[in-house]
Amino acid sequence: MSEIIKLYIDGRKVEAEAGSTLLEAARSCGAEVPTICYHEHCSSYGLCRLCVVEVEGQRTLAPACVVEIEEGMDVKTQSDRVVRSRRTILEMLDSAVDLSEAPEIVEQLAVYGADRERFSGGTERTPEIIDDNPMFIRDYSQCVLCWRCVQVCAEDAQYAFAINFSGRGYETSITTSYEKSLTESSCVFCGQCVGVCPTGALKPKREWLLEAGTEPSEIMRMTRSERRKKRRRQERPYQVVSSTQEERDDDKR
Amino acid sequence: MKQELTRSEMDLKELKELLLPMVNSGRTALLPALHAAQELYGWLPEDVAAEIGRQLRVPEADVYGVIDFYSMFYSRPVARNIARVCGDPSCSIAGGLRAVDEACAHLGVKLDEVSGDGEWMVERAPCLGLCEHAPAALVGDRAIGNIDPENPIDWLSTQGDGARSVVGGDIRILTRNCGNGFTTGLKEYMLSGGYSGLRRALGELTPSGVVDEIKASGLVGRGGAAFPTGLKWEGVAKASGETKYVVCNADESEPGTFKDRVLMEDDPHQLLEGMVLAGYAVGAEKGYIYVRGEYPQAVRILNEALGKGRDEGLVGRNIAGSGFDFDIEIRVGAGAYICGEETALFESIEGKRGFPRIKPPFPTTHGLFGRPTAINNVETLCNVPHIIGKGSDAFRKCGTRESPGPKLYCVSGDVDNPGLYEAPFGVTLRYVIEELAGGVVGGKLGSVLLGGAAGAFTTAKSYDVPLTIEDLRSENLSLGSGVLMVFHEGRDVRLVLEGLAHFFADESCGKCYPCQLGTQRQYEIIHRANAGQALSVDRQRLSDVGWTMTDASLCGLGQTAATAVLSALDLWPNLFDTDEDEL
Ligand SMILES: Cc1cc2nc3c(=O)[nH]c(=O)nc-3n(C[C@H](O)[C@H](O)[C@H](O)COP(=O)(O)O)c2cc1C
Ligand code: SF4
Ligand code: SF4
Ligand code: FES
Ligand code: FES
Repeated sequence: MSEIIKLYIDGRKVEAEAGSTLLEAARSCGAEVPTICYHEHCSSYGLCRLCVVEVEGQRTLAPACVVEIEEGMDVKTQSDRVVRSRRTILEMLDSAVDLSEAPEIVEQLAVYGADRERFSGGTERTPEIIDDNPMFIRDYSQCVLCWRCVQVCAEDAQYAFAINFSGRGYETSITTSYEKSLTESSCVFCGQCVGVCPTGALKPKREWLLEAGTEPSEIMRMTRSERRKKRRRQERPYQVVSSTQEERDDDKR
Repeated sequence: MKQELTRSEMDLKELKELLLPMVNSGRTALLPALHAAQELYGWLPEDVAAEIGRQLRVPEADVYGVIDFYSMFYSRPVARNIARVCGDPSCSIAGGLRAVDEACAHLGVKLDEVSGDGEWMVERAPCLGLCEHAPAALVGDRAIGNIDPENPIDWLSTQGDGARSVVGGDIRILTRNCGNGFTTGLKEYMLSGGYSGLRRALGELTPSGVVDEIKASGLVGRGGAAFPTGLKWEGVAKASGETKYVVCNADESEPGTFKDRVLMEDDPHQLLEGMVLAGYAVGAEKGYIYVRGEYPQAVRILNEALGKGRDEGLVGRNIAGSGFDFDIEIRVGAGAYICGEETALFESIEGKRGFPRIKPPFPTTHGLFGRPTAINNVETLCNVPHIIGKGSDAFRKCGTRESPGPKLYCVSGDVDNPGLYEAPFGVTLRYVIEELAGGVVGGKLGSVLLGGAAGAFTTAKSYDVPLTIEDLRSENLSLGSGVLMVFHEGRDVRLVLEGLAHFFADESCGKCYPCQLGTQRQYEIIHRANAGQALSVDRQRLSDVGWTMTDASLCGLGQTAATAVLSALDLWPNLFDTDEDEL
């Protein structure tokens, strides 16, 4: 039997097993701690910070999903600082990406009284829909960068390593190597990424077509992967690689 | 032109040869391999990246992820010559942004665009660590100081290295061999007393004796966080595990900081001696110096010094006949401020994107490659030979009880003599600015950005506060990496803030939401306000974004990305008020 740790959460005395996270301890006593990036079956990297709580005596707020409990900790899950951070993170996220297919996040916007216009006018992330394989589409304008897809594609599950990141900071995006199509990548189409995506960013293609209610042929024309290719061609004045991405795409047509 | 080559098997063969010595190292060789390949091809085409991935056993998507993280790696063709012009405060107030525009106009290109003949490209760079020579640029491999913004032809074609260090101050301990206009060689270093610390340690002291001496000296880290070095080393020495590392943090990218560049370029052996001593103290056999990619000159000088040190038996196997082995490897960054954060730096050496790790666990037990690691700043390590050579009592003769020893102050901006000044901890802002740097020019003192971009603004009200860790802390200030950026009263603080906000938005790694989103929104709000579109809610928005980053970000970058802005709003609450607010 592992050691039992005693701590205080919102003034209540709580006991939990050593090695538990603050999130587990908080939930065990019914305290509400919201999360976005946390997923039971994925490694936790403490990305979204929606789960932050205030621990007495600590300079910064603690991400409850990764911080382990310690004896005598005095934790507040709804202090003013906590609420300000959660609300502001939600408002900023809302202003950056399309959350229309992320009902759980939208619910949190309401819980924290987020002003959905507060940061309007800022740059939004609106990359074009990528429709490059028969299995699923990728609409990164809905991506909240929770990393789950990258994780399950790599060490958390599939070891396929088809996707990673491009850019950094606000311009970070999920991508294949050199943004080539998934069919040309090491993707094995296991669909695990689609399964863990908390928003509408990754979606089975059939579902997407049905939702759109449009003739498939028409949708194909709409998807901007075509325009994307053209733009890339213009941006690359040099024909460097003997067989370029574009040529390979052309061959397939 | 390199880019026009149609690469065949033949071309990749050259790459394969280049990779041969790296293959056994695996992923940790990724950044060195990418540097070497970029040197060969001018940029990093897809099949080159794929080959590197195959050889080092790194998934292709990961290779691309790494290339796209670092601003000095290019997955698209670039020009043969890249002119990187600093756009950060000390340079921008001296005309740096003007120089960017003029250079673009002269070459007939937009920012980041390759000129028609493939020769030139202009980038706006973050602080290049040449702030005492503002405005500054890095043209290819050459650091050029005091460029004439109006006259791009002049500085784009300069052949010499126009950025020799300017060093002064009333004590010359760390800088005793600096500022002479040349690199101090091993012989001169020894004549000035160099390597006597190492001789003493290997001859008279046990490793724990060295740790004790450092603890007794009261030395604290000079990289920004002011953590006691002796305590850190003790932690590493006592951590379980056979393999341990020493890492020197020479990423120096905090805007306004240039001390480490001067120490490395002018007196490299002092740093090497400090590292060997650290290795001996903590029980490591291998050390890394991680130098930012924008310091090619420092890399060349360190490599040369390292070769010399090895030849003379001062680095490597059986050092000075003592039986102690310690070798050093130099690693070169590729344009990412975040890689100065210690755990991001480890990730970078391991061949990954520079994402900071969650702490705990701390580097003392889980550092580079998951092993116990002592990571220290260049200046911190340069203090070590003096402490061991002359004893901790001698070291404590200058400075205060809680902040003992000499300190390097990087002074730039509106002063008569921008430069690097060595003085004890405890001198005042007034003393450094008026006595050492020749006083404020262009008007009366307006403000000082103390501690760099991650630091806070202060005004003449702090002129007589002693510059020590304890005194500044009680004023809610911090010396950070020893930066004093001085602005005369005519400077528009809002423009400076916009520059800082631009810096953080560019350099955020994007891992955690508060900073990934907050640095962008902070920049946009300030940018819009400066463009005459301030909103009455801006002060509150900046405050909420700022405090959210400060409270909830994962690492020190996000936690300090709003410090300057919040300090400015404290000092000048009406800074971003609209006309409406004044009614
Ligand atoms: C964003 C960021 C950038 C940093 N950059 C540097 C740097 O360039 N050089 C440095 O020595 N420390 C830097 N640090 C501090 C390091 O994380 C670390 O505290 C330091 O290397 C420890 O060495 P010291 O104890 O000798 O100061 C940075 C920290 C952060 C959060
Ligand atoms: S695509 Fe989905 S799973 Fe992947 S990072 Fe974006 S939101 Fe998360
Ligand atoms: S605070 Fe900024 S730099 Fe640090 S992990 Fe978060 S996003 Fe990256
Ligand atoms: S749920 Fe804890 S950081 Fe995202
Ligand atoms: S080199 Fe320009 S601000 Fe440092």
